[in-house]
Amino acid sequence: MTISRRDLLAGTAAAAALSTLPASGVLAQAKKNVLKVVPHANLQVLDPIWTTGYISRNHGYMIYDTLFALDDNLRPQPQMAEGVEISADKTKYTIRLRDGLSWHDGTPVTAEDCVASLTRWGKRDGMGQRLFGVTDKLEADGAKTIVLSLKRPYGVVLDSIGKISSNVPFMMPKRVAETPADRQIEDTTGSGPFMFNKANWKPGNLAIYEKFKAYVPRKEPVSSAAGGKIAKVDRVEWYTMDANTAMNALMAGEVDYWEQVTPDLIEVLKRAPGVKVENLDPTGNMGWARFNHLVGPSSNPLVRRAIMKAINQEEVLKTAIGNPEYYKVCKSIYPCGTPLESSSGFFDYNQAEAKTLLQQSGYKGEDFVLLQPTDHPVLNPFSQVIAEKLRAIGINVKLQAMDWSTVLQRRASKEPTDKGGWNMFCTWWIGGDTVNPLTGVGFGATGERGWFGWSSDEQAVKLQDAYADASSPEEAKKIAHDFQARLYEIGHYVNLGQFFVPVGYRENVKGMIRSPVQFFWNMEA
Amino acid sequence: MWFFVLKRAASTLPVMLVVALVVFLMLRFTPGDPAVIIAGDQATSEQIARIRATLGLDLPLHEQFFTWMGQLLRGDLGVSIFTNLPVTTLIGQRLEPTLVLTATTILFSVLVAVPLGVLAAWKAGGWIDRFVMVFSVVGFSFPVFVLGYLLIYKFSLDLKWLPTQGYRSPFVDFQGFLRTITLPTITLGAIYIALVTRITRASVLEVLGEDYIRTARAKGQNERKVLFRHALKNAAVPIATVIGIGIALLIGGAVVTETVFNIPGLGRLVVDAILRRDYPVIQGLILVFSFTYILINMLIDIAYTVLDPRIRY
Repeated sequence: MTISRRDLLAGTAAAAALSTLPASGVLAQAKKNVLKVVPHANLQVLDPIWTTGYISRNHGYMIYDTLFALDDNLRPQPQMAEGVEISADKTKYTIRLRDGLSWHDGTPVTAEDCVASLTRWGKRDGMGQRLFGVTDKLEADGAKTIVLSLKRPYGVVLDSIGKISSNVPFMMPKRVAETPADRQIEDTTGSGPFMFNKANWKPGNLAIYEKFKAYVPRKEPVSSAAGGKIAKVDRVEWYTMDANTAMNALMAGEVDYWEQVTPDLIEVLKRAPGVKVENLDPTGNMGWARFNHLVGPSSNPLVRRAIMKAINQEEVLKTAIGNPEYYKVCKSIYPCGTPLESSSGFFDYNQAEAKTLLQQSGYKGEDFVLLQPTDHPVLNPFSQVIAEKLRAIGINVKLQAMDWSTVLQRRASKEPTDKGGWNMFCTWWIGGDTVNPLTGVGFGATGERGWFGWSSDEQAVKLQDAYADASSPEEAKKIAHDFQARLYEIGHYVNLGQFFVPVGYRENVKGMIRSPVQFFWNMEA
Repeated sequence: MWFFVLKRAASTLPVMLVVALVVFLMLRFTPGDPAVIIAGDQATSEQIARIRATLGLDLPLHEQFFTWMGQLLRGDLGVSIFTNLPVTTLIGQRLEPTLVLTATTILFSVLVAVPLGVLAAWKAGGWIDRFVMVFSVVGFSFPVFVLGYLLIYKFSLDLKWLPTQGYRSPFVDFQGFLRTITLPTITLGAIYIALVTRITRASVLEVLGEDYIRTARAKGQNERKVLFRHALKNAAVPIATVIGIGIALLIGGAVVTETVFNIPGLGRLVVDAILRRDYPVIQGLILVFSFTYILINMLIDIAYTVLDPRIRY
């Protein structure tokens, strides 16, 4: 093999482009085909099934594809699937793959690959586990047909397979999908519109995605995660950086797109020439203050109800988010503006009633431990406002400051508060995670087997099952509203309302998709 | 001399062993659990427990420690829990920007600070001295991130002379390198200029009172030679010490500058690893930093023998 001078120059130029970060004008020659993005977090884990982290999910959407995907109306539409045949008794789903699908290594996507992928996902994801609980058999029938046989009719099969947020049932080659679900995959071969350039991946700094030229997009127009995924740039580069640095880089035109502008920098960016700030997320994020149902005083339902009445969503959101353009008082546990929105059972703010309820609860001034993640720009002010509101009704709040990583560990403790336990922590879910009673793992009320806080309520669990088995959208909606009322009644958590995190982008960027999840197909710079 | 070097090199091993043990234990007793972070917000306790088992984090501490030590003895720093990449690869990716920033900062600081310090000592008590001292106090007092953002505001966003962030390797694009490294070097250099200026001034001032300086002047030696050949040379030991410590500190301690200017260096790597409790990466980096400290201290000690022939080992 010989290397010509031209090859050498080309190789050197490529190495120069890949080995460093963009500086003003330095990559000008490649600018028209490269979209430079500051993602919302540092991509560290490449397996979107192994972790539920949103950044890994977004990475998954770049390189993998899904059988079904949710559209703008949150309805599942075929994506890799050509279509689906459902038997009359609704226990057999026959899914046929569309033509032209191939992996990044050029081999065709087969039904066996999809069966292995769904099986691995079903071991990790809550909705997947529920689906596999009613599954009799999942098998490939030939190269292109997947047959899912159920033990009984189940109303949310396609909603599960088309789930938009973590864990998304991404399709992987069989050899990759056979990796045990508790171990991270190493091979990043997918069949999505972009390919991951793993050789030049620098965690904490740079991730590069190259256009997969053999990808065959659907013909339908793009609609959230559904429709034609057309990669309009040759390369997408993700640069991890601090919020202030991202703001400077965007203002100077060194990057094209910043996925999540922090609330305190929105106004500065809005005034910057050549930069736009816009909310592209129709469902936003749902703020939660989660109770520990195992440990006193939050194990007392009356104390929980008193607290729910003591917290004013408007005050919490105003302090944390600031600009009313980016938050909404929302009485629904499902994102406001989505089909299941309801105010059913919501506890309106009333401080006097909260005090009365607290007196009736028998609360005697015990410590109430609230975990405060000081390194989180939204959850930190959430915690501070809540602490003040609880003190105002006479609760002895111990606001314990720590970093978010420590909150994640502390919240796993079921010990009493004097032994490292806790009573409340704040968190949030993207709207896509809470669109119905089954999507959010936090909605579960299965006690100690469930999500942190471990609320236990048979009626809520039965309502979730009933939702999954509902025979019509109207019935499902009614059950969803009953479920919401039940969660409020048992004091499952405090709903802190809905907030939106806008994106910032240069004026030359076009084709952004409105969705709860960030996608980079259809975009051009 | 060679015996000294061998002795110092041999003493590195027990020091590194103690560092390894202390770092290992401190990390395990610090709150935070990588399995919880990996599993994400939606994971249940059962899922987290399974991930802990897969990563070997549920093993007794001594087993985890000896497994790691076994890897170290084979020259293997382990694999990142999160990225699945070898720690040596991660360090290798970050080493060049850190070393280059350290080199440019030290070079810039020495070139500015040593003449300033000598000048201040020469004109001690005068307005030049006062000006230099005020300048060094300001350099000390100005937080690195404030200076960094001010420089970005003026030279990048306002005048548009230099990029706001990023790093270009000098080996692939020297002009781009100069453009990206200028502001971080000035930002990080400010504090070291202040430090080296003060030390140089104090050392030279002390030497200027010595008899041999008076003798040199009495012989009719011109003032430039008195200052740089006689005074500065004899004041070089403390200056070299400060510069050496500065290099060691910069290798892992430039995290704020790296963050402000988005330079993918070791400082940011260690902070990211700490925030995620990526044990193998933190352990590997602390070992590398410790080794660097020991190595630089040894080099400083050797440099003493060159700078001051009276020092012998």
